Amino acid sequence: MLASLALAPGAFANFLTPKSGGSPNADSIAELYKLVLYIAAFVFLVVELTLLYSVYKFRAKKGAVAAQIHGNTRLEIGWTVAAGLILVVLTVITFIKLPSIINPPNSDPKGLVLSASTTEPSPPNGRKLTICVTGRQYIWRYTYGAACQQNPFTTKLPYSYQQMVAPANTTVVLVIQSTDVIHSWWIPSMGGKVDAVPGYTTYTWFKAPYAGAIYHGQCAQLCGRNHAAMTALVKVVSPTDYQAWIQQQTAAINAANQQVIQLRRVLTATGNL
Amino acid sequence: MSTTDYAVRPVPQIIAHEVHKPRETKKWVDWVTTTDHKKIGIMYMVTTFVFFILGGVEALLMRVQLGVPNNTLISAEHYNQLLTIHGTTMIFLFVVPIMAGFGNYFVPLMIGARDMAFPRLNALSYWLLLFGGIVFYFTLFFRPPEAGWWSYPPLSEALYSPSAGQDAWIFLIHITGISSLVGAINFYATIVNMRAPGMSWGRLPLFVWSILIYAVLLIVALPVVAAAVTMLLTDRHFGTHFFDPTNHGSPVLWQHLFWFFGHPEVYIMILPGFGIISEVIPVFSRKPIFGYKAIAAATSVIAFLAVLVWAHHMFASPVPVVVLGFFMLSSFLIGVPTGVKIFNWIATLWRGSLVMTASLYYAVGFIAIFVIGGITGIFLAIFPVDWQLNDTYFVVAHFHYVLMGGAVFTIFAGIYYWFPKMTGRLLNERAGKVSFWIMFIGFNMTFFVQHALGLSGMPRRIYTYQPGLGWSTYNLISTIGSFILSAGILVTVINIAHSFKHGRIAGPDPWKANTLEWFTTSPPPVNNFDAIPRVRSVEPMRDIRRQVERSTGVTQKTGGSERFARV
Repeated sequence: MLASLALAPGAFANFLTPKSGGSPNADSIAELYKLVLYIAAFVFLVVELTLLYSVYKFRAKKGAVAAQIHGNTRLEIGWTVAAGLILVVLTVITFIKLPSIINPPNSDPKGLVLSASTTEPSPPNGRKLTICVTGRQYIWRYTYGAACQQNPFTTKLPYSYQQMVAPANTTVVLVIQSTDVIHSWWIPSMGGKVDAVPGYTTYTWFKAPYAGAIYHGQCAQLCGRNHAAMTALVKVVSPTDYQAWIQQQTAAINAANQQVIQLRRVLTATGNL
Repeated sequence: MSTTDYAVRPVPQIIAHEVHKPRETKKWVDWVTTTDHKKIGIMYMVTTFVFFILGGVEALLMRVQLGVPNNTLISAEHYNQLLTIHGTTMIFLFVVPIMAGFGNYFVPLMIGARDMAFPRLNALSYWLLLFGGIVFYFTLFFRPPEAGWWSYPPLSEALYSPSAGQDAWIFLIHITGISSLVGAINFYATIVNMRAPGMSWGRLPLFVWSILIYAVLLIVALPVVAAAVTMLLTDRHFGTHFFDPTNHGSPVLWQHLFWFFGHPEVYIMILPGFGIISEVIPVFSRKPIFGYKAIAAATSVIAFLAVLVWAHHMFASPVPVVVLGFFMLSSFLIGVPTGVKIFNWIATLWRGSLVMTASLYYAVGFIAIFVIGGITGIFLAIFPVDWQLNDTYFVVAHFHYVLMGGAVFTIFAGIYYWFPKMTGRLLNERAGKVSFWIMFIGFNMTFFVQHALGLSGMPRRIYTYQPGLGWSTYNLISTIGSFILSAGILVTVINIAHSFKHGRIAGPDPWKANTLEWFTTSPPPVNNFDAIPRVRSVEPMRDIRRQVERSTGVTQKTGGSERFARV
């Protein structure tokens, strides 16, 4: 049920606010956005209503004479300062909200902790789960475990494509890389986007509250012809289910590897390779 | 031109003579060989308007493709080509050069000069623009570029975009870049050196101020993008690795270089539009511009800040948080002078006696729309919020509010305002207002829902999408809106085509305007003015009108369109 809620099918989705609900950083961004929206709505109404009023009120009529005003220094200074003050307010609320957006919190006690590393953004107690996200034309690959940072392709870690599986209530740090062109990792409900730039490593994190939810996202940076098809899903499961899935995935990958090894042996022996 | 007796001429107007002897050449040869700033200006405007229509058709094709989910009308390849050509056309072949067109025609007239400082260089600017555009559009017959108008490497490198279309794009940037650069130097030299006697910096018309700043920004920003695309060219063909991460190059370097040009480019596109508005609003409010100095100063401050905000296009790129903070604050700052201008325009309308011409409709519509674009700009400047909005349809909506609703509406205000001066005939006012309303409704319908699309998670530059994501209805509304918007534009195109031959005769000063271009015939003769009046205020034409009224005791008429000039 939560999964269908997260996918929000229907004609209209978020009209005035960004998506959230999949992670505290997304929630914080949405809160910050709403604060800005209130101020913006106020400014919008004041300016547009003044404009409408003046166009309505001061239309040329018989005998009307335009006031020959060249300016008013006090007024000029007044609205310059007012505009400046609004921006100071926006700056202050942004920097108040910022830590909750960029700093990952601790995992919940019932959450899962698999690794501790110091080279990437870390929750206060340093305990988190690391998943490497590797963008390539036109699919996302996820490699599970802190060792993925050495080389997600050669380390013998469980991996999956397109759909990520992640434990709930756990601080998950994502290590984002690209092997070809620039991609952008973005699951709207789970926080802001982070570009995957070849030659660079970027990070983000999420901490999903609900097991059973599936969040949709897709590559946000034009990466070639199949850009539109480069979708991503994050399936949130309970920590125990996550561990079971990891084992199952590892076993499945190993079995597949064994099959390939066997096939290679047969092909080599029969002279077909 | 015949010499008319001073007392019977309906408006204060310079006695102007044709200075060259009548030529025996054909008309088209006259146009091709001309160095007259007015003819070049008209060629600029016609050429860029053709590119505007082409870019518009490309936009409509994309909107049709996105109208319903899982549409297969246009392939991914062609969609990427369309979005690249659309963006490149609108920026490099329409908005920037049409402002040069307006500048070409009106800067010399407004400052009381007989031509630009370097007339032949001026012709070179135009022909480079035309040939740059032709080179670019010829790719339609081969393989158009498909890496987007900002062509981020590695996607634009030879490995991922092997087609020559990408090289044609590079040449377009080079050729139109040289065109704009030469033009900018010309504008700068003209405005600095050739102003009428008495026209100090404090009496320079605000449109000319905006063209001056436009020129300065072009001179600052264009060499940077020229360098960047040259590096891309050598990366693609001559074995360098500036942007190639597998050989110690950096894709982020391109982003810095490109946006160091790209953001000033936004102000290059919108500042002349601001200038047009600053001319149109006081004329039709029958009031002096409110806070002349503040507006001129705001223009300069915007230009200064414009080169300090580029990385706000890169908030999702690998950039340290402290840099993000800096670029958030600098982007905030640029909101202040922009806000000041909006307040000043509204204050100019305030207690005026508004003559509701089509031009003023577009000017007021521009303010109404631009306020929204400015406000969404503040959302995007807040980098944590931008992490959600960047590269989505929210950004698409934002910059179309600024450039389509902003720059294009100012261009239409300028067309309705200056067409009589350029052709001697008025555009049909009723058709202009109909066109405005259709455009205004269509524009908001097309782009307002795109904010919601971005907030619902739709990234830009995708050629199709799945149903059930909450995007379908918004997209359909947007597509329908885009056709309404086009219909509105079409009304003005027809209006222009019809009025060119059949419009009512305008006379030299149909609007009772303030600046010197109205102090000569419509259209002006080749030499513009025989005698150049001494300028004593920001509104020299108004001074002249008053002076004549004082000395003759006759209320001056407009010469053909009294209904716009009730005071």
